[in-house]
Amino acid sequence: MKFLKKENLSALFEALSADSALYLPTKDKNGKTNYARYSAGMEYSDALNTERSAKDFFFPQTEDLVDFKMEGKTIEVIDIRKPSEDYVIFGVRACDMASFDILDSVYLTDPVDSFYAERRSHATIMTMACSAPSETCFCRTFGIDPASPAGDVQCAMTDAGLYLEALTEKGEALVAKISAMLEESDGAEAAEQGKRCHEIMDRLPLSKLTPDSFGGDTMMEHFRSEKWASLSEACLGCGTCTFVCPTCQCYDIRDFDTGNGIKRYRCWDSCMYSDFTKMAHGNSRNSQLERFRQRFMHKLVYYPANNDGKFGCVGCGRCLSKCPISMNIVKVMKELEDRS
Amino acid sequence: MSMNENKEFRPLIVAFCCNWCSYAGADLAGTNRASYPADVKIIRVPCSCRVNPTFILRAFQRGADGVIMCGCHPGDCHYTSGNYYARRRMTMMFSMLDYLGIEKGRTRVEWVSAAEGAKFAATMNEFVETVTALGPNKRLEDLRCKEN
Amino acid sequence: MQGKLIERACALLESGEVARVIGWKSGELGYDTTPAVFETADELRADFVYGDFCGANLSKYLIKNMKNEGKTLVFLKLCDTYSFNQLLTEHRIKREKTYVIAVGCAGMADPERLRGLGVTGITGICTDGDSYKIDTVYGEKTVAKKDALCIKCLSCKGGEPVVYDEIIGGDVTPPEASDRFEQVRALEAMTPDERFDFWRGELSRCIRCNACRNVCPACSCESCVFDNPDSGIAQKAAVTSFEENNFHIIRAFHVAGRCTDCGECSRVCPENIPLHLLNRKFISDIDHFYGEYQAGESEGQRAPLVNYTEDDAEPSAIYDR
Repeated sequence: MKFLKKENLSALFEALSADSALYLPTKDKNGKTNYARYSAGMEYSDALNTERSAKDFFFPQTEDLVDFKMEGKTIEVIDIRKPSEDYVIFGVRACDMASFDILDSVYLTDPVDSFYAERRSHATIMTMACSAPSETCFCRTFGIDPASPAGDVQCAMTDAGLYLEALTEKGEALVAKISAMLEESDGAEAAEQGKRCHEIMDRLPLSKLTPDSFGGDTMMEHFRSEKWASLSEACLGCGTCTFVCPTCQCYDIRDFDTGNGIKRYRCWDSCMYSDFTKMAHGNSRNSQLERFRQRFMHKLVYYPANNDGKFGCVGCGRCLSKCPISMNIVKVMKELEDRS
Repeated sequence: MSMNENKEFRPLIVAFCCNWCSYAGADLAGTNRASYPADVKIIRVPCSCRVNPTFILRAFQRGADGVIMCGCHPGDCHYTSGNYYARRRMTMMFSMLDYLGIEKGRTRVEWVSAAEGAKFAATMNEFVETVTALGPNKRLEDLRCKEN
Repeated sequence: MQGKLIERACALLESGEVARVIGWKSGELGYDTTPAVFETADELRADFVYGDFCGANLSKYLIKNMKNEGKTLVFLKLCDTYSFNQLLTEHRIKREKTYVIAVGCAGMADPERLRGLGVTGITGICTDGDSYKIDTVYGEKTVAKKDALCIKCLSCKGGEPVVYDEIIGGDVTPPEASDRFEQVRALEAMTPDERFDFWRGELSRCIRCNACRNVCPACSCESCVFDNPDSGIAQKAAVTSFEENNFHIIRAFHVAGRCTDCGECSRVCPENIPLHLLNRKFISDIDHFYGEYQAGESEGQRAPLVNYTEDDAEPSAIYDR
């Protein structure tokens, strides 16, 4: 394990951003933390989680796919894809890192989404161990260790400095590049901090939550549950939970007539919306109950059914803090659990 | 923006004109050979009250640098009260655009009767001049519509 | 007070006066209350909660309960009663199918503000006079109530609820209100460039989740123009800065003159965009040009934008300011 003294942190950012873009969590003027491209003097924010999840890097809110131009009776199709350049993301938490596996399983399996793949393959991800989890955290419910995130380089920040360990080839290359500023370390301090993080997790209100009563083989039992009515009763049908969720990966494709041609773009979509998967015959889920059920069934039942029991939630807790009516996957799990 | 660029810049103006007064006023301006820049594109609406706030925004989105709404003089509406409602609506709308930092000079309301061909031309000349001085609309543009 | 509300609601349910109760349900974390419909006294006794985290305005939930049999009991805070009146005025709900209990409110707390103060790892919250004692895994924290108030409560309307069948907790003192147009005036005093930068900074964070629209009691259209593919302005995501502006201007415009300033839009915004400042601009302009008007103050008011007088100000008035 390598170690970097805290006072050298900005030197590290300077080095990392010298020949490629570096993104790190930083506070905006309202005191909220989000990823931003590093420029000299930018402060790293050790806030637990960014307001918006890290999925934005690979799956942005909107992106242009292809342009069309019409001339007489001919249509010209213009490929507007641009090659991505290498970049580094610093400070990704364990939950967001785990969400990339879920996004990958959707976008990198055949047929591969070339837009996603391009951005994903050029990223080197430096993750950050959690030291101060919040009451909305429940990553361990899904087998994620907040103190030991995956990624290309695993980092832990203590009062003394930054501990780094390369986990992949990409990560080794990155660490090699900055090796001049790093010292060798046994990582005892980082391990100690990890242990404290586990102890804190144990005392948090959601520590006992398990996904044991969910999974592919519980499909019809949960689908038919009468509890969806009361659970979805107050749902506003907004897309907050979907859009702050690091694993929600649905999108819509639309055409925009610019007056000079057509721009085909895609944008985030939410199964909570009344026009989600709307087709010529109308919508397949006509009530908010069905739409609400779909979102949670997807994360807790359908996704594991199709992915060897892996759940579609990483317990980052964003939906817990952001839902306008405080209805969320934890309440759904607890309520449905009672039945079984 | 430098003076040079300003000289070359010719604004696109969208004028919503009500069928009964202002459009007839524009017609009269034409018959009387009162001149106003060809950069003014008139959209005829049945009544100024037909102009919905989204029309204004859409005009800016689609490339307008200034938007003007013309209707019958208050009290002269063909439908009695349409322009009274439009007056309130546009006052609110244009005040909101100002609040968002959109230049005030890009929006305007003017009452033009069927007999006021000269006023129509003068209003348009003046409005074009104001918008020309402001330069291209940047704050309410939709970049997608500006590509060729 | 929670106990009183439960007992009264149970009595009304059991006597058959009302068929269901719309209230708030307790959550998992001490502050995450959810609006809920209760149909039995047992449900009420088990889960009903009324405390400092009941910021949600329940009036809009009445709309979908109008087609149900019998009366619906709803608990409304002072500000929520204005929304109720506005819904009555717009014929979205029927007075005879509702039973309104106005509840005393000393201002609601916003968990987002607690987070902003760095309070995390919460395991319990209790009230202690003018402050909250918050147990966290990182030690006990004390937060003054006024520092945790919902933004909307900082400009509480005060006074009496405007509609009710009965009041419970009428002796509760509403929070001290500051001038709600202060920030609007501060923005008006800026240069257009500064205003533009301010709003770009705010609106560019929008993720188009539609929470502001969906929570708004004045946004009660069956199908919104932004969801209608035939409207020409339908948009699912704001692809350009124009679309961001477009959505927020039109959202605020469509409720102009009908917005009671209940503040739900800003409360629910996951990006903390001060949307109420758009609505308040319209309110302040309406007050200025067409006379003071408070939407929802009484039933049957004629909203200022569907009204006029012959000697209204000319639009040029805004250019002279």
